[in-house]
Amino acid sequence: MLEINGLHARVAQGAEILKGISLSVGKGEVHAIMGPNGSGKSTLAGVLAGRERFEVTAGSVTLDGADLLALTPEERAVRGVFLGFQYPVEIPGITNAYFLRTALNSVRRARGQSELDAMEFLVLLKQKAKLMEMDPSFLNRSVNEGFSGGEKKRNEILQMAVLEPRLAILDETDSGLDIDALKVVAAGVNALRSPERSVILVTHYQRLLDHIVPDRIHVLAGGRMVKSGGRELALELEAQGYGWIDAHAGGA
Amino acid sequence: MSAEDNKALSELTEKEYGYGFVTDIEQESLPPGLSEDVVRWISRKKGEPEWLLEWRLQSYRHWLTLTEPHWARANYPAIDYQAISYFAAPKAKTDGPKSLDEVDPELLKTYEKLGIPLQERAALAGIAVDAVFDSVSVATTYKGKLAELGIIFCSFSEAVREHPELVRRYLGTVVPRTDNFYAALNSAVFSDGSFVYVPKGVRCPMELSTYFRINASGTGQFERTLIVADEGAQVSYLEGCTAPKRDENQLHAAVVELVAMAEAKIKYSTVQNWYPGDKDGRGGIFNFVTKRGLCAGRRAHISWTQVETGSAITWKYPSVVLKGDESVGEFYSVAVAANCQQADTGTKMVHIGRNTRSTIVSKGISAGRGQNTYRGLVKVGRKADNARNHSQCDSLLMGSKCGAHTFPVIEVSNTSAVVEHEATTSRISEDQLFYCRQRGIPQEEAVALIVNGFCKSVFKELPMEFAVEAQKLLQVSLEGSVG
Repeated sequence: MLEINGLHARVAQGAEILKGISLSVGKGEVHAIMGPNGSGKSTLAGVLAGRERFEVTAGSVTLDGADLLALTPEERAVRGVFLGFQYPVEIPGITNAYFLRTALNSVRRARGQSELDAMEFLVLLKQKAKLMEMDPSFLNRSVNEGFSGGEKKRNEILQMAVLEPRLAILDETDSGLDIDALKVVAAGVNALRSPERSVILVTHYQRLLDHIVPDRIHVLAGGRMVKSGGRELALELEAQGYGWIDAHAGGA
Repeated sequence: MSAEDNKALSELTEKEYGYGFVTDIEQESLPPGLSEDVVRWISRKKGEPEWLLEWRLQSYRHWLTLTEPHWARANYPAIDYQAISYFAAPKAKTDGPKSLDEVDPELLKTYEKLGIPLQERAALAGIAVDAVFDSVSVATTYKGKLAELGIIFCSFSEAVREHPELVRRYLGTVVPRTDNFYAALNSAVFSDGSFVYVPKGVRCPMELSTYFRINASGTGQFERTLIVADEGAQVSYLEGCTAPKRDENQLHAAVVELVAMAEAKIKYSTVQNWYPGDKDGRGGIFNFVTKRGLCAGRRAHISWTQVETGSAITWKYPSVVLKGDESVGEFYSVAVAANCQQADTGTKMVHIGRNTRSTIVSKGISAGRGQNTYRGLVKVGRKADNARNHSQCDSLLMGSKCGAHTFPVIEVSNTSAVVEHEATTSRISEDQLFYCRQRGIPQEEAVALIVNGFCKSVFKELPMEFAVEAQKLLQVSLEGSVG
């Protein structure tokens, strides 16, 4: 479904960060991308979502055969790409519910589907909020404003639940979470696993993978994929740290 | 005053009207120029009583002694007051565009975006239309209902004819005719406007809107509005229209006076969207307005809410004089300066009575080459024990060529006063935009969403339908400002 081929990217006019990434994610698969800080994990997530601060210098990315890199961020969202942000952004004065309804209806409109009215949306939203164990009062607060770290991350997964993406990229969704919050977030993601939905988990720690079990694990270092494997690779990393990977990357 | 000035002055005042002035009452409009005769002609044309003519003349004579103020942060070429026509009947059909084909296509696009009905677009664009929309019938039923409650809501001219004692009692009591250059000019030559009187203890059951007033289309250049809420009365008044109205008159100098007696409440909401000029600033309206409310009695309450998106230059400071003990003044403002617009706006809260409270919330949005200035005064008098004020002035910048300026002045003469001022300046961040777009919200809508959030504390003060329109208006005004 998602095909990344020889992808090179840099910060606009800056140093190259991704140095030839290739990755294939099939329908319904969950892939974890692990790696030390500065390895390019978040850059990869940003490039896939269309962040303008990154510039693709070579390679290709296709989603269901269509050139993803040619699309604006909102067009990618319409195609079903969702990015769970490492640092969710605050939008003062706009309630969570209003924001999500605007987003959902924008996407539905672009797909030629009917828009949901306020009542229909509220029913849907409450049902999804329950899944994330979120207090309904949460929905009437401004987007991420004054939210704790855990609340912000849960809010990201709530948005994912409402938007029902085909490809969800979760960027360090586990960072800053205590174990209880982590379990809630993981349960949310697991509930959304389906044969129609692919997930890319970007994480530094393997503990998230105790709760969301991936089909494949890839290790990123110095802007290159240095190793791919099954679940056992995460445990190996856990035991040995990233030091050996750096050596493995060979002066990248 | 120097002898030379005196000479110029007398020449100006005594000069015979250059274009063969005749006091022909049948005549529908005046050629350009201002003199005592012009003032007399206007008053006579409107069939006004002697005292009002005298009031106009005194205003005119005082205006001659004043000079045009230039302390506002606005640049514009000098205004030639002798080049303005001070009385224009509704435009003849031969003037202005004859059909929508002749109207600026950009303007028409804006109407479309705002969802204005077709037949109204023509009228707004300045095309003479014979069929007046159905507001006349609406207005008639409206008036009957109000009359039952003893509420007077009519044009200013009608009020002068039908309720001269009320007009005489309150006219100029809040904004004296000597108040400032433009107020004096308005007092001399005001054309028409609105008059509202709500009797003791009556709560006006509906929002009063100029839109529903018969003859509202004839208002314009020098508007005069007077609203009186007697003891315990309540009224909410809406001014303006969200459609950018094309107008031949470049200078607009209105005066609005509000009088709230004891326990009375007046809420005055404005959406101002006069033609701002084209992208290079050509042809926009100069909007120099004096708006002031007087909380005359105990526990009186006056609230101004304004959304200012139009005009090339806006110069406007809706103020409240808190004379009654425990009276309350509020000012909620959203001002947009896009393209080449210049907005210099704010408020004055003058605390005179004891335990008086005021709130100021100002949201300035600058885009393009727009310059947005907040100018405010909070004044606490010697006897105003326990006065409270909270001011919040936030600026939002879009792009790198615009400007935001804040000039808050605080004068406190009573040690028990508590005056707070908070100010912020921010930009729409790339992160916020990307966050919205990643969720599928297109860029322009994302900008509107973020701006609406920024303005929320003001929008929530607007009556419901107005708030919806204001949001739409803001989006249209700021289109193309980012990206």
